Amino acid sequence: MTIRSESEFAVVGGGVVGLSIAYGLLNKNKNVTLFDEGDLALRASRGNFGLVWVQGKGAGMPTYAKWTRASASRWQSLARQLSNDTGWDLALQQRGGYSIYLDEKSLEKKVATLTELKKQLGGDYPFEVLGHNAIKKEEPHIGKDVVGAVLHHEDGHLNPLVFLRSLVKATQLRGLKVVQKKVTLITPSGNGFTVQTTDQQQHLTEKVVLASGLGTKALGETLGFKVPIRPQRGQVLITEKMPPVINRPSDEIRQVNEGGIQIGASAEECGFDDKETIKTTAELASNAIKQYPILAKAQLVRSWGALRIMSPDGFPIYQQSTTCPGAYFATCHSGITLAAAHAQLLPQWLCGDGAAITDLGIPFHDFSENRFDV
Amino acid sequence: MFKRLHDDNTFVFTFDGTDIQACKGETVAAALFANGIAALRKTHTSSSQRGPFCMMGACYDCLVEVDGKTVQSCMLPAQPGLQVNRAKAQDE
Amino acid sequence: MATDDTDIVIIGGGPAGMSAAICAASHGATVTLLDEQPTAGGQIYRGLSNGDNRIAGLLGKDYQYGKKLIDQLARTTVQHLTNTTVWSVDENAVITYSKDHQANRIAAKIVIIATGALERPYPIPGWTLPGVMTAGAAQILLKTSGIVPEQPVLAGTGPLLYTVASQLLGAGVKIAAVVDTVTSKNHLRAAKQFPITTPGPLLTGLSYLKKIKRTQTPYYKGATQLKITGDRSANGIEFQHKGKVVSLRSNCILLHQGVIPNTQLSRSLRLEHHWHSLQQCFHPSIDQWGKSSLDNIRIAGDGAKIGGAIIAEHHGTITALGALADLEKITEQTRDKLAALPLAAIHRLDRLRHFLDALYAPPVHYAEPTDDTIICRCEEVTAGDIRRYAKLGCVGPNQTKSFGRCGMGPCQGRYCSLTVTEILAAENKLSQDEVGAYRIRSPVKPVTLEELASLHD
Ligand SMILES: Cc1cc2nc3c(=O)[nH]c(=O)nc-3n(C[C@H](O)[C@H](O)[C@H](O)COP(=O)(O)OP(=O)(O)OC[C@H]3O[C@@H](n4cnc5c(N)ncnc54)[C@H](O)[C@@H]3O)c2cc1C
Ligand code: FES
Repeated sequence: MTIRSESEFAVVGGGVVGLSIAYGLLNKNKNVTLFDEGDLALRASRGNFGLVWVQGKGAGMPTYAKWTRASASRWQSLARQLSNDTGWDLALQQRGGYSIYLDEKSLEKKVATLTELKKQLGGDYPFEVLGHNAIKKEEPHIGKDVVGAVLHHEDGHLNPLVFLRSLVKATQLRGLKVVQKKVTLITPSGNGFTVQTTDQQQHLTEKVVLASGLGTKALGETLGFKVPIRPQRGQVLITEKMPPVINRPSDEIRQVNEGGIQIGASAEECGFDDKETIKTTAELASNAIKQYPILAKAQLVRSWGALRIMSPDGFPIYQQSTTCPGAYFATCHSGITLAAAHAQLLPQWLCGDGAAITDLGIPFHDFSENRFDV
Repeated sequence: MFKRLHDDNTFVFTFDGTDIQACKGETVAAALFANGIAALRKTHTSSSQRGPFCMMGACYDCLVEVDGKTVQSCMLPAQPGLQVNRAKAQDE
Repeated sequence: MATDDTDIVIIGGGPAGMSAAICAASHGATVTLLDEQPTAGGQIYRGLSNGDNRIAGLLGKDYQYGKKLIDQLARTTVQHLTNTTVWSVDENAVITYSKDHQANRIAAKIVIIATGALERPYPIPGWTLPGVMTAGAAQILLKTSGIVPEQPVLAGTGPLLYTVASQLLGAGVKIAAVVDTVTSKNHLRAAKQFPITTPGPLLTGLSYLKKIKRTQTPYYKGATQLKITGDRSANGIEFQHKGKVVSLRSNCILLHQGVIPNTQLSRSLRLEHHWHSLQQCFHPSIDQWGKSSLDNIRIAGDGAKIGGAIIAEHHGTITALGALADLEKITEQTRDKLAALPLAAIHRLDRLRHFLDALYAPPVHYAEPTDDTIICRCEEVTAGDIRRYAKLGCVGPNQTKSFGRCGMGPCQGRYCSLTVTEILAAENKLSQDEVGAYRIRSPVKPVTLEELASLHD
């Protein structure tokens, strides 16, 4: 067994959450090593839907709503910075997005939830309700069965693959060390931690951030975290490339910048099975055609399943270990939406200044996993 | 570039509005080849010309549009009166 | 949704699928055979049942031989669905297919995948230009429509290249040149595998080569650095030959570099696969009865291992016998007795196959395309792009999808998967097994949303 690099931060997990955090830390001139598994790890980052989404997030936890909006409002600056670093265009658009409804009842329920949230946020929550004719004016291809939609002006989308690739390149340019090996064990040692990988190498680090998604459970428990997360499968469809037919994204259907129509996303509890199924994809297709009948003849090129990382209440968890200070655990299911917060705000907490986030009006301790203690 | 060994049982279908002579049993791609048409579409990424490559339904370079649907011309039997169009590019 | 269980559903009506169907039905199993083509025959006997003797005559007796199987199949109780594209098979042996723009499902006790081979991708600069196609594609035009290219160049190597050359010459086509990439190193390697007796197929192969020489078709052996010229369509080919650059004009270039198993369905089922170093491609891992890593999924013919039409036919029978015994339609003793002859035949022919594999192994340059060569035809990703992704830390083919959409187009990696594996293996100094291949997702062939939606209950 040999002892390898020393770094200030070890980030475990090379998905969007880990990479965004690493990028933020590098921007603070920290020395960072990132650990990531091989080609077929369960990656929510590669299977995700590409939404930067505000509407509805944080119903039941206003802090999460604020955190989401803090991220969404920082996204343009993150996108600009990444484009400057890499020369790539993330195709970020934040011109609003919809939830589209085929029945009045569900629409009313959604409106009630958002109205309540708006009240909790002191009235600052820019959404409007569009009836059939109003949405038809915005989206000429909308189907006759659509009764209405909620348009939230802070919603948007981007090209998640270009985003992931940009993060990889930008972190590399800023000197990120990457170890492409699975981490098997993390133990406190001296003033920091020893990170052990499958090839029996040991890496020393002052602090360690667990951003390894579903892989966090085993690693986290030895560091004193509870890690109350579970997988939830989401299935997504993508069609052939088409001429522009959809103007703004919805939380179920969007046209990606390359032209394909992306349709999602189901929520299924089925353990670690990330296979796509005909049952669910057929339902998604049927629903999509009701919303946009023009899609009936579109060729489906691929479907896939990916595993979301869910906490019991669906909100993020950010926790420093109480038994092993210097070990942090970060998880959420909306890693794209929250990427700007993870790159620009979270590093302050990781560097010992969580109060700075609370000062923004976002009581950061609300995200502690202790909220699940009974 | 291609020629027919035998010309029998011919009929006509259209490609982008132009009459194309086909023989019984030919696919749309085959008939287009026999009429000297090898480039059927442009790619989305770089607008490069493409035409049938594998003739067995595997490469998807022979895509055309029939009835608003994108279909593989190498798997599509030519039929009298069939209206075939070039597949629309994303920017059109 | 799914209809009552059929004993055995066979996907692919080539020699492997036909012989499996004939054998299974003759022992009382209910059998459904699904194939995309309008008639039975697979790749090799394509178009044979059209009954155009003028064309069959040109294609030779190996082609006409298929008539026997096709006729036999027609006399069985097998339900044969033609023009039927299978786009999903799940681990419970439920098959989803489309026929006449209608999606449907069928459940089987055992599925036999007999989807045959694809031509190995041979990425060289300009290979995406109109006018460039595979040698197999030209053969399909001849077999099914009696259409032939004028003054084509055939380039690459492999038995099929000479077969097609010979068939075209037989049809009166003047071939501009055969640009052969085979090297003398291959000859040395092949000599070690030389079969003890010279089987018929080898003689046929030699006669093809003789025909190329006899017709004084220009023949360049040991060509390297092949490149197709032309701007909007192909107008010629350039290559290195004996230290000189040769440049030929032709608007029809037929490429070939051997065939590889079509593993789309077996990959989508996440079955085990392994790298076969002599054939330089992945094979699904199967036992002697064609059983994959899932009990109810069997693989027969070229889709399991490239063996050619006759081996595929025998392998189809053996796979069916294995399935029949597992379904208790026959005893294991009967299975073993009936399998003896086809097994012996395969054993005999395998020697020849190894010889051909060594002789026509793809040249080194095939796996090392130049940076400017397009690898993923659908998304137009070049070899240079993939090498750059490797430098960014891309270790596997599934990451190349995220890095640059490589393999994410409608062909689902059929014409880039192997090359991506080879490039990543070279860049990251890993074996092909370590690198692996694309994970394939359904639909393995595109299907309209309305067809998929029609399955929603
Ligand atoms: C283009 C080409 C030309 C060839 N020409 C010759 C030749 O001239 N001489 C020679 O000796 N060998 C030739 N070969 C090799 C020869 O095809 C094989 O050795 C032999 O056909 C293998 O038989 P098989 O039954 O395993 O597969 P195949 O004969 O390939 O049969 C597979 C069948 O599966 C069907 N199929 C595939 N996917 C699906 C799906 N998803 N849904 C429904 N159906 C599907 C196909 O339509 C095909 O009919 C050729 C191979 C190719 C690829
Ligand atoms: S030519 Fe390849 S799919 Fe039609």
